[in-house]
Amino acid sequence: MLGLSVERLRADMNRLLALLFHQGVLDEQFLQLQQLQDESSPNFVSEVVNIYFHESEKLLRNLRALLVDKEFSDYKKMGTHLNQFMGSSSSIGAQRIRNVCVAFRAASDQNNRPGCIRALELLEYEYCYLKNKLHELFQIEQQRILAATVRYPMQQQHHQQQQQQQQPNNP
Amino acid sequence: MEEGKRVCALVVDDDRLSQRVHAALLRKYGILETEVVENGKEAVDLFKSGKTFDLVIMDLEMPVMDGSEATRELREMGVTSMIVGVTACEVEAEKAEFMRAGLDACWDKPLSGSAIIAMLDELAKKLL
Repeated sequence: MLGLSVERLRADMNRLLALLFHQGVLDEQFLQLQQLQDESSPNFVSEVVNIYFHESEKLLRNLRALLVDKEFSDYKKMGTHLNQFMGSSSSIGAQRIRNVCVAFRAASDQNNRPGCIRALELLEYEYCYLKNKLHELFQIEQQRILAATVRYPMQQQHHQQQQQQQQPNNP
Repeated sequence: MEEGKRVCALVVDDDRLSQRVHAALLRKYGILETEVVENGKEAVDLFKSGKTFDLVIMDLEMPVMDGSEATRELREMGVTSMIVGVTACEVEAEKAEFMRAGLDACWDKPLSGSAIIAMLDELAKKLL
């Protein structure tokens, strides 16, 4: 039963990842992150993604704070924030977010405040979508690891029983 | 990479995410000794303190001292380490200026495994 559960969870993860790749939400850079995860860094992907969430939320707040001001004119500062957001999004393979940043920067380069506001709204939407989906992915992974861990005590018990059956009887 | 030669690398980047990913990439391809600093000035100060690195991965846009200025200063100090620039900037003129500061190569962010392999191949030739 537990074996099936582990396999089912693995299939769920793969299905979710395939969907995110198909939607263009993630690109092959995310696979590269997964390949960097190993025994010495077993939580590498979730740690890096959590850094991304933390930095992104700061950048989104900064961008919104700039645009809320009707007299805003510091497009250079906006460009700096966007470059940072683009760079970090590329680093984790957040392709759709990166693409929105490109469009946002184009509006910013033209000093187009309404265009920037629209782009920011789209950016916030895409970020929320990605964050929810990655949380879902990590939850499934945690369940899979837990299910795989729970299996082992049963296997150990079975092995001990086999050993006892093989021992000779004492008079 | 020649066996027995421990290669030391320095990652210079203000972005925490890039720091983690670049350090992990280097570790994956055998560079076990990697230090990380947050801007060009910290990199220059490390070299001034007597530390040496075979490979420096230098981001372009950083506060305090950017990658171009740091690279120029390191070369003026006589540093001959391999310095590879990385940038998410898409403006060719800015990348060209970064190269002119004294880089051995400049790569787009994010770095890939094949980029690291290419860098290490060049480094191996340089160290021979």
